[in-house]
Amino acid sequence: MGLALGTATVVLIVLLWELARPTMKRTLASTRELWAAHSRAGAPSGYDPGRERRAEQRARALLRSCVDERDWAMYRDLGFLRVWGGMGEGGRGADASYAYLIYPHKPIVAYMCATGELLNEYCVAFPDHSKPYGSARLPDSDDVLAKWMALTADERRLVGEANMHLPGRQVDPDRVRRDLARLARWELERARTHASARTPVAGAGDSRPDRGILPAA
Amino acid sequence: MKLLRMKPGHGEIVLAEGDVDVPEQERELIEAFRRELDAGMWAAVPTASPAGRREAELVKSFDEVPRDAERVIFFPRAAGGAPASKL
Repeated sequence: MGLALGTATVVLIVLLWELARPTMKRTLASTRELWAAHSRAGAPSGYDPGRERRAEQRARALLRSCVDERDWAMYRDLGFLRVWGGMGEGGRGADASYAYLIYPHKPIVAYMCATGELLNEYCVAFPDHSKPYGSARLPDSDDVLAKWMALTADERRLVGEANMHLPGRQVDPDRVRRDLARLARWELERARTHASARTPVAGAGDSRPDRGILPAA
Repeated sequence: MKLLRMKPGHGEIVLAEGDVDVPEQERELIEAFRRELDAGMWAAVPTASPAGRREAELVKSFDEVPRDAERVIFFPRAAGGAPASKL
């Protein structure tokens, strides 16, 4: 009788264990995940807003020291840089047939100067894999300067390294058209201001407003 | 001449500084230059075109750096791709 009861108890325990095991495993796993997530959230991420702001200030000073006064003013006022394309018939500069808009940490957008027609997006990044502060991302103005240097130095190489897409993949085409209109207005305003002040425009070779992009209305 | 490097979370840092006409300082500049290229950086020299427009020149060796250049700026090499978010 005792032996039978003992055997039944053992069998019952084994059966209960087998039934409960999957549930216990799941519970343990989810507890482990929750604990890991909690630990990650509690750990310092390395992001320091003050440091990033100081980094951006340094980057802006470097950008300012490298580009023309006119280009710096464009970036300061509008938030992007325009670089003339150099592979067209007119060459780089006042007679370029196409140009690029450089946004921080966004694809470079190519467009036709005469019509404002958007040509392509060139997705390119400059990741620093050493991640000195946990991020591979350069400050915004350093990213713009890196694109500007690479484009003005070796446009073909940068375009070759980039992933080319049709307009609209990452940058909203309406936003770009608005930016081109803002740029045209900005250039007209600047030309007017300089004309009234009767002072020469820095980077005189680039003083032409974008042709035909200003909206009629 | 100053060798600068763009750095995430910091802005540019000065890697080396010296006079290229002083052999010892030039050697230090060359060593720092090579270290950065070996680390996969691109090197650019801010210049001005004959028309006075500012631009940059990518250089692959110290010999290509104009002797009168004030700065060489190192930045991570370009890689295709960007965050997939709409502007």
